Amino acid sequence: MWFDRLLQGALDTLLMVGVSSLIALPVGVVMAVVLVTSDRGGIYQAPALNRVLGAFVNLFRSVPFLILMVALIPFTRLIVGTTYGVWAAVVPLTIAATPFFARIAEVSLREVDHGLIEAAQAMGCRRWHIVWHVLLPEARPGIVAGFTITVVTMINSSAMAGAIGAGGLGDIAYRYGYQRFDSQIMLTVIVLLVALVTLIQFSGDRLARVLNKR
Amino acid sequence: MPTTNVQRRLADTAGLVRQPAETLELHPQLANSLVRFIGVGKTYEGAQGPVQALQGIDLTIERGEVFGIIGRSGAGKSSLIRTINRLEQPSSGRVLIDQVDIGDFDEDRLVALRRRIGMIFQHFNLMSAKTVWQNVELPLKVAGVPQAERWRKVGELLELVGLQGKRDAYPAQLSGGQKQRVGIARALVHDPQILLCDEATSALDPETTESILALLRDINRRLGLTIILITHEMAVIRAICDRVVVLEGGQVVEQGPVWQVFGDPRHEVSRTLLAPLQHGLSDELRARLRSTAPTPEAALVLRLSVTGAQAGEADLSSLFNLLGGQVSLLQGGIERIQGRALGSLVVAVSNSPHDREHLLQRARQWAQQVEELGYVV
Repeated sequence: MWFDRLLQGALDTLLMVGVSSLIALPVGVVMAVVLVTSDRGGIYQAPALNRVLGAFVNLFRSVPFLILMVALIPFTRLIVGTTYGVWAAVVPLTIAATPFFARIAEVSLREVDHGLIEAAQAMGCRRWHIVWHVLLPEARPGIVAGFTITVVTMINSSAMAGAIGAGGLGDIAYRYGYQRFDSQIMLTVIVLLVALVTLIQFSGDRLARVLNKR
Repeated sequence: MPTTNVQRRLADTAGLVRQPAETLELHPQLANSLVRFIGVGKTYEGAQGPVQALQGIDLTIERGEVFGIIGRSGAGKSSLIRTINRLEQPSSGRVLIDQVDIGDFDEDRLVALRRRIGMIFQHFNLMSAKTVWQNVELPLKVAGVPQAERWRKVGELLELVGLQGKRDAYPAQLSGGQKQRVGIARALVHDPQILLCDEATSALDPETTESILALLRDINRRLGLTIILITHEMAVIRAICDRVVVLEGGQVVEQGPVWQVFGDPRHEVSRTLLAPLQHGLSDELRARLRSTAPTPEAALVLRLSVTGAQAGEADLSSLFNLLGGQVSLLQGGIERIQGRALGSLVVAVSNSPHDREHLLQRARQWAQQVEELGYVV
């Protein structure tokens, strides 16, 4: 029974984090591309858009997750129809993780040598070709590494979501470990989390290394 | 007639379907011009006010030539070469490619134009995440060329630059010379009319530089490609260029056939750039030189430069007869540039019956340029 409960918790955590990261990955990359290309000197220069998006990202990045989660409750209810359970946690998790990841991906995209963009222009690439064939492939190792950090951060946040009824490992640790002083459960959850984070970090690092041809 | 084909192709890419009659009406002198700069200027907004990178550039580059642009760093070379494929937009003046002003091209026409102009770079600018093959294939891929055609073309070009064996390597696994060969293959994959070389050999060692220059020369001859290159090394110009312009402060200070500029540099900047190529005096001799004659028997040291046709048969006996007395050769040599001989001799004249003035006059009868270096005992 303990085993079932822990397994269910672990699956819930994986589901929350998995769904959120699957949304955060493409949306974050798109935001990062817009941030980089719309900047002064970028290939789609649009300073106004750049400032608005930058401010938007900063806004969500500056609110602590616990507060963001509570503040988003009406929005969450609007989207998934409930404020409890795994699916209700996906909304704030995604909204917190996406701007975070966008900023990290933005740094990787900015690091792409300007000479490569110039070479692409000189060979007759259109602007979207440059994004697709130059910026994204060249920044890919950095984006993968940044995504790994984002997923780990999301596991961290999902525990907080667990505390307000989302379920998952965080919820189990809070209810049994904290409220009932069951240190055995607490320890098991910690071990599970450490194993999960280690696995993700290891795979992420590995993938980034394989992709990095520099 | 290849010329009209090329013109028609470029006119098509420019989106201008021109009447053949219109092309034929060109001034005969311009018919062979491929790139024309008319009063081109470029001003940047720098931190300390506007910076004038280029001003009043008027140049004509002809079909099939290797055209060199040389200058010190900051002279405006990079800006100038980038106005040809509009990586740089001039602030004033016009750039004409095959008589078509490219100043107001939109993205479509610009993309078409750039596929007719290849470019290679000092730092190669290869995509690090793509293999050699993928790097060369990229320009074709973005142009929507079908795969079979891409395969044929990429294979052909890797063979041309001698890198068939490296097709699956990543740029990081290549030497500098190999990277530049990939760059050249990539630049030629659309069969361009013009190849722009932006300091293409400046990051390479001398031997590799030589092999890359030989490859460029070969491409120029075999494919009839017009090559426009910028460099700060006169040796590069000497090795492959037909004509050269010297830029300084964003302006053209000297231009002409390479043999002429090398044989008789008029501007101080050209001389400075040429200095490393000239045989300098030995330190030992330089230490012995005096600006005035210490004793009446001191020998007068002259540097004599001969250019053009007669250097091939530089007649030393006539020189000795002209100068009289004892003439000793301190240093000298003849090299050939573009089939013309350029000679430079340093001689010491002593016990001559002629005085200094007359010696200089007589030396000028023999050499185009006479420089008085001083006296030695």
